[in-house]
Amino acid sequence: MAFGKNFPKFDYYDIVVVGAGPAGTTAARFAAMSGARVLVLEKDRDVGYPVRCGEAVSHEGLVQFIEPNPKWIASTVRYFKLVAPDGTVIKPNIEGFGYILERRIFDYELAKLATYCGAEIVTKAYVNGLIMNDGKVEGVKVLLNNSEQIEIRAKIVIGADGVESRVGRWAGLNTTCKLQDMESAVQMTLTNINVEPDTCYFYFGEKVAPGGYLWVFPKGENTANVGLGIAGIYGRQKHALSYLEEFIEKNFPNASILTVIAGGVPCAKTADKIVTHGLMLVGDAAHQVNPVSGGGIISGMIGGKIAGQIAGEAIKKNDLNLIFNYENEWRKTLGQRHERYYKIKQFIYKFSDEKLNEIARELSKIPYENLTLKNLFLTAVKAQPSLIVEVLKLFI
Amino acid sequence: MVIIKDGKCDFCGCCVGVCPENCIELYEAEIKIIDEICTDCGKCVWACPFEVLELRITKNKKDELI
Ligand SMILES: Cc1cc2nc3c(=O)[nH]c(=O)nc-3n(C[C@H](O)[C@H](O)[C@H](O)COP(=O)(O)OP(=O)(O)OC[C@H]3O[C@@H](n4cnc5c(N)ncnc54)[C@H](O)[C@@H]3O)c2cc1C
Ligand code: SF4
Ligand code: SF4
Repeated sequence: MAFGKNFPKFDYYDIVVVGAGPAGTTAARFAAMSGARVLVLEKDRDVGYPVRCGEAVSHEGLVQFIEPNPKWIASTVRYFKLVAPDGTVIKPNIEGFGYILERRIFDYELAKLATYCGAEIVTKAYVNGLIMNDGKVEGVKVLLNNSEQIEIRAKIVIGADGVESRVGRWAGLNTTCKLQDMESAVQMTLTNINVEPDTCYFYFGEKVAPGGYLWVFPKGENTANVGLGIAGIYGRQKHALSYLEEFIEKNFPNASILTVIAGGVPCAKTADKIVTHGLMLVGDAAHQVNPVSGGGIISGMIGGKIAGQIAGEAIKKNDLNLIFNYENEWRKTLGQRHERYYKIKQFIYKFSDEKLNEIARELSKIPYENLTLKNLFLTAVKAQPSLIVEVLKLFI
Repeated sequence: MVIIKDGKCDFCGCCVGVCPENCIELYEAEIKIIDEICTDCGKCVWACPFEVLELRITKNKKDELI
């Protein structure tokens, strides 16, 4: 096989990872660490770009994978403020702190870590099919540099191809996201605005972001990621972009827009099946996003790490059936918790604007020291007693 | 059929994620819908954050629906 720019060194690997987002490069890193020969294929010309993300992560989550580095941290955040439809602001007392990243550099860093461990990365490599044999996945079909169609064989394929994932579906896994669970999202990075550099704002309400929320995440003193997600079903009346334009016009009339991006977040339970013969799915491709917050960076990396380690072990022990343990490991680590969050999400989004305002008024009476997330939740339940039954169902 | 409005797509993949027929092909900066497989269900149209897609019921598909 020819060597050169953007060309895989071999036509046979132990493990091929599709997609170089955080889930894919983390899977590649941990698989390569166990000595497996790993290739990552990314369709874009650039790892980590365009950035379709609010870029918020918790410190606690991040340090499991990488030491925080000012090179890719835009700001450190310590406070949350929740804004009700009538403008009432609630400041919950949260533990810990987090960061707003520069994901463009962060994703690069994760990719570099994977290569230091021995993985190979090829960009401009669009995977457009799987090599299947007797119901088993045995490799991928790839369109390289928009011109050359090649095949690469692998013992294990890891699908880390994000919200637009098709890898699982080609192998018969149902990863289509329900329209009501897909958050249709838009984000603008604004500058020349006043923001509190240590505070994340979340706005709720039918008029702001039906079936979702709007965020303002600071990137320094006068810049922020301002975005929103609406549940896909509401796009029938009005699309996400119109909601965001209205908010920005009203709240940041003098802003300069540095960038505008569209995106989708699968705020669902993890897909029912995320493993089949020769194939594992990680990150957004497996719906490993926290269904309430829509955060998927850390949870995707957790999925990637578990999958990478198990795939590496399967190669080492020459027992490909070991990959079926991944599903269970994921469910124990986060999957089950996400199922509970998914139920919480369904009941949060039943609140009308009036109900949200009422809850916010109740909460604003509680002093900051006592306004923990638990109290916040209890007050919400009290405001809608019929929901108590549903909440109880979450725990029994 | 689903019409893709020129120059508006951001290639974000939100539509691909909800398409039950898996008939949207999304490259780095190009999007295609395979008409023969598309059932005109409209999900991609509503999920698109940028209002890029538009559903036009063609005569043939309408006949099938009736
Ligand atoms: C607007 C928005 C805001 C968000 N804000 C936050 C936030 O603040 N905090 C947070 O934690 N999460 C946030 N998320 C979610 C987070 O961005 C994702 O969960 C995370 O990026 C998922 O990582 P991943 O590796 O699974 O997928 P991705 O990061 O999407 O990576 C998938 C990669 O696969 C590539 N690919 C796709 N198909 C193919 C193919 N056929 N062949 C080759 N390569 C392919 C893509 O080009 C891409 O690079 C947000 C999402 C959106 C849309
Ligand atoms: S959802 Fe809209 S912007 Fe995103 S890829 Fe599909 S058509 Fe393009
Ligand atoms: S209309 Fe339905 S089937 Fe056709 S491309 Fe859109 S989502 Fe897929």
